[in-house]
Formats: sequence, structure tokens, C-alpha cells
Amino acid sequence: MRFNKTYLALAMTAILVTTGCSSTEEEGLADSTQGTDASTSGLADGSMSGSQFGSGNGSSFGSGSNLGPEFSDPNNPLSKQVIYFEIDSSQVKQEYVPVVAAHARYLASHPNQHVILSGHADERGSSEYNIALGEQRSKSVERMMRSQGVTASQLEVVSYGEEKPVVSGHDESAWQQNRRVEVGYQ
Amino acid sequence: MMLITRILVGGILAGMFTVAQAAGLTIEITKGSQTAVPIAIVPFAQQGSIGNVKLSDVISSDLGGSGFFKALPEDDMLTKPSEPERVNFKDWQVLGQDYMAIGQVVGNGGSYNIQFHLFNVHNGQLLMGYRLTAGANELRRAAHHISDLIYEKLTGRKGAFNTRIAYVTSVRRGNGKQFMLQVADADGYNPRTIAESPEPIMAPAWSPDGSKIAYVSFHTKRSEIWVQTLATGQRESVSSYPGINGAPAFSPDGSRLAVTLSKDGSPDVYVLNLGSRSLTRLTSGLSIDTEPTWSPDGSSILFTSDQGGKPQLYLMPASGGKASRVTFQGDYNARGRFSADGRSLAMVTSSGGGYKIAVMDMASRTVNVLTEGNLDESPSFAPNGSMVLFAANRGGRSALSVVSTDGAMQQKLAFESGEVREPAWAP
Repeated sequence: MRFNKTYLALAMTAILVTTGCSSTEEEGLADSTQGTDASTSGLADGSMSGSQFGSGNGSSFGSGSNLGPEFSDPNNPLSKQVIYFEIDSSQVKQEYVPVVAAHARYLASHPNQHVILSGHADERGSSEYNIALGEQRSKSVERMMRSQGVTASQLEVVSYGEEKPVVSGHDESAWQQNRRVEVGYQ
Repeated sequence: MMLITRILVGGILAGMFTVAQAAGLTIEITKGSQTAVPIAIVPFAQQGSIGNVKLSDVISSDLGGSGFFKALPEDDMLTKPSEPERVNFKDWQVLGQDYMAIGQVVGNGGSYNIQFHLFNVHNGQLLMGYRLTAGANELRRAAHHISDLIYEKLTGRKGAFNTRIAYVTSVRRGNGKQFMLQVADADGYNPRTIAESPEPIMAPAWSPDGSKIAYVSFHTKRSEIWVQTLATGQRESVSSYPGINGAPAFSPDGSRLAVTLSKDGSPDVYVLNLGSRSLTRLTSGLSIDTEPTWSPDGSSILFTSDQGGKPQLYLMPASGGKASRVTFQGDYNARGRFSADGRSLAMVTSSGGGYKIAVMDMASRTVNVLTEGNLDESPSFAPNGSMVLFAANRGGRSALSVVSTDGAMQQKLAFESGEVREPAWAP
């Protein structure tokens, strides 16, 4: 108990000392508080003007209304407008080569038709690497189409990486559906 | 009744416990440190109108979440003094505490006068006495400031409790999603939306002075890099080349952005001068080169490349030149970020299993895997280098997590709904 009292006395001295120099401390904080104030109000402004980006025309994928009946015939490769990929690969698999070829033939014979090739990745790994992977996938499809006579101006390539999964699960069956290129007729 | 409560608290402590709850946000310590220093933050005596912020809870949560301290639950306290002369150190010695803090807060019509004292419980020594004023709505900030002071006094390192984070959330809306770029306090409180769009928003990156955020937005249905000033909300598009405009990272002097563009073919790293808008290409070839980040001294750029087959991290001079591979452990090493002192490098790593967060010591090049997650992404260091913030996806729930750089302590900020990704700790 005496032990405590001694230290308490010391403590009180210390408090006097610290109080003695606390004016600078207080000022330091006042400054930082002011800084805080500025940044807080700045953020408030930011959120006020953090208005929604224009959503523009919310055109949905692949549903070009003026496309012929061959696009809805399940026996026609043109009805397949999604090309799937292996893990960490941007190579078009053999089974999708006829699909890409069918779209290429159609586009070559309809030079005014435009498509957006949007590349996607599964959620694994880092987002920006997946953007790159998605773009390599859509560029693989683009290259195949160009080699079959489709002109550059008919094709637009965009990658969404892992940002727009079609299936939201977290297993291989979801991932394999998300590793894809969508052929979007405009 | 009291006894039951205490036993329950003790039981939960052994596993997982909820530290604080705010609207839509839960903070949980998911892994506690064995060597944490016991500290008791006694509830501050209150006079006048204080509102609903309890300073001692905020400080306890900060210090407990740092991994260096274990905060004593209020229910376990035998006494709750608020003045130095009323502290009986034996009360705290028997509870096994090393340090304790007491304080008072006086509401003063919109502003607050706060006073606190920090003691060494073993010898009764006053380590710190401090007085501060906080404006309206600044009590949490004042509490974080006190946490910083205590942390620095007892660890010798600067605290990072009064800092901010940016991240992207998304919620379902109709058939699609709504993406929101948000800025919040480092503990997830006070979130503010600074941009939103039905199209993806990605890769927020802070300017070195914390006044701006660069990010990628797809709201034009293509990727574009924007730089937004937080104080005014003003933003401008700085990169909208054909193909990828991605992965912005401010140079340490704030004058340039390292970015990923694919306008010349495969994704490559470029440096964009924000004043002149001129571009310098740093990488070339058929490989994916992306996710650039600057060494803190500005001399080098680290990036992810699959030039060796699998994604690995490479380092090259910021002025251009030869890149040298930095990571050799594991199949996948990506999205590197340096600590402010440049001594450590955080990354996403995988060796065939899940994707986890690892930290490399740059001097010895030894790698320490910090997390046990399956889908951990987007690491960034606290400004003081003590913690790494990252996005975790577990069992379909996404959350922000913080892990101490020694891996001993892990804390989770879980959001009530939607997804949260791409966190970035402000400098």
C-alpha cells in the first residue's frame, strides 16, 4: 500500500510535468483535429458529388433482336455464343473451334454486323491479373475470327476479368462456367 | 448472473468473439496472439452529452485488434476509476494486467474535452498524461488518436488507428449489380461512397498524400482510369486507351501513375505522367505484365508477369530496363505491395491449394504465408507496416480482413450484405 502511495506521488509529479508541456500536445492535436475536419468535410463533399456514373444504355448481352432464326436453332453452332476456357488458359479448346468459325463466317458475310467479345475469368487469383487473362481469351477469339476474314472494325474486345461472373458459386463447376468469352451481337 | 456472464465471455474468448458492432459491419478477432500484452482501458467517466461513442470500447478494439495487446473486457474489471488518485494498482495486478488507462470526457455543447492517463500496473508509474479536444462527430477519431498514442508509447512504433481505407462493395440490384467505391475509417466505421456504377469499379489506389484516389471504372462499358480528389469529389479520366486501362499505382512523388495498358498488344506496364499525360512503356513481349507498384524510394517498379509460364513477381528500374524475378516459391505469386519502409513485400500466393496472403522479407527474400484462406486477395500494408489488409472470401461470404505481419493475429471486418473487395490502406 505504501508502495502504491509512493508511486502515486511520483505519478502526480509526472502528471504536472506532462500537463506542463501539454499545451504543445494540445496544439498538435488541435491541428490534427482541424486536418481531420477538413478531410471529413472533404469526404462529405466527395460523397455528395460521388454521384452515380451514367448507366447509359443497359443493352443486354447477345440478344440482338434482328438476328436470324439460325441463332436460336440449337443444332446450329451460331446458337452457342459463349466459349469456355481451361484454368489459366486463353487457348480456344478444340470443341469450340467450330463455334468460333461459324460466328466468323457469319460476320464475314455480314460486314456491317458488330460484336463485342467480352472476356471473363473465374474469381481465383488477383483481379487485375484476371482482367489480363480475360483479355487474352477474348483476343484469342478475335485472332481466330480475323484469320477467317472478319474485319477489325467489326470486333471490339473488352475484358471484365472476374468482375462479372455468370454463376456466383465458389467451386469448380461455377468457375468453369465463368472462364469464358461472350460473343455479343450489337 | 455476473459469474455466468464472465464464464461465457471467457469461453468465447478462447475461440472467436465479437468486439464491436455497427450498422452493417461486424469486427471479429478470428485469431488471437498468445504473446499479446494485457492492457485494461477503463470506461472513461462522462459528463454532459456524449452520444453513443464509448471511447474505451473503441480504444480496446483498436489495441486488441493490433495483435500487440489483449484488452481486458469491461465485465472483468473489479473497479472502474477515472482519476489517477483512485487507481489501486493491486486491483489490476491480480487481473494479470501490465498496463491500464483511465480517462474522462466532458461534453461541451458540440465539442469534447478528453483527458486520459496511462499507467504501468507493475510499478504504478504514470507513462502518459494527455488532454485533447475533439469537435462534433470526432469522438471516434479522438479515440483512435488515443489508441495511436498508447500504441506508440508502448511499442515504440507509430500507430495506424487514425487512418482510412478504400474498398469496392457490390450489391445485387435488379438483374445486375451496383458497385460502390467507398472510403472508411481503418476499422470500417464511417463509410462514405465516393463513386458508384452499375458496371464494375476496380483497383482503388491512394495518392501518397491521401488526397486522391485513382481507380478503374467500366461505366462506359470499357475500362477507364479515373483520378478523383476526395475533398472536392472532382474526378477526371486519365487513361481511356483501347483495351485494358487498369491497375493504377501512384508514384511516391504523386506525379505519375504506373498503369497496365493493352493498346499495343498484350497487357504491359506503362508510366503515365499525370501532368503531360505522356506515356513511357516499361514492358513488352507476349506475356501478361500487370499490377505494377512502386518501391517506396521510387527507383523500381514491381509487377506481376507470366513470362516464365506462371504469374510471378518481377522488379525493374522505374526508368526502364531489365526485369529480375523476385518470387520463386509457389505456382502463383501476384499483386505485390511494398511496406512504407520498403523492407517487406505483401503478395497473393498459391501453391496449388487456395490463394493466400504472404509477406516476403526483402533483405533475406524469405516468404512467410500469413493466412489460411482459400480466396484471399488484394493485400496492402498499414502505413506503419504492422498489419496487412486484404479481401477474404470464405464460404461464399466476402469480408475485409487484417492480419498482423507476423501472422499471429487476424481480425475480420464483415459486411452485412453484398460483396466487399479490393481494399487499399491509405498512406
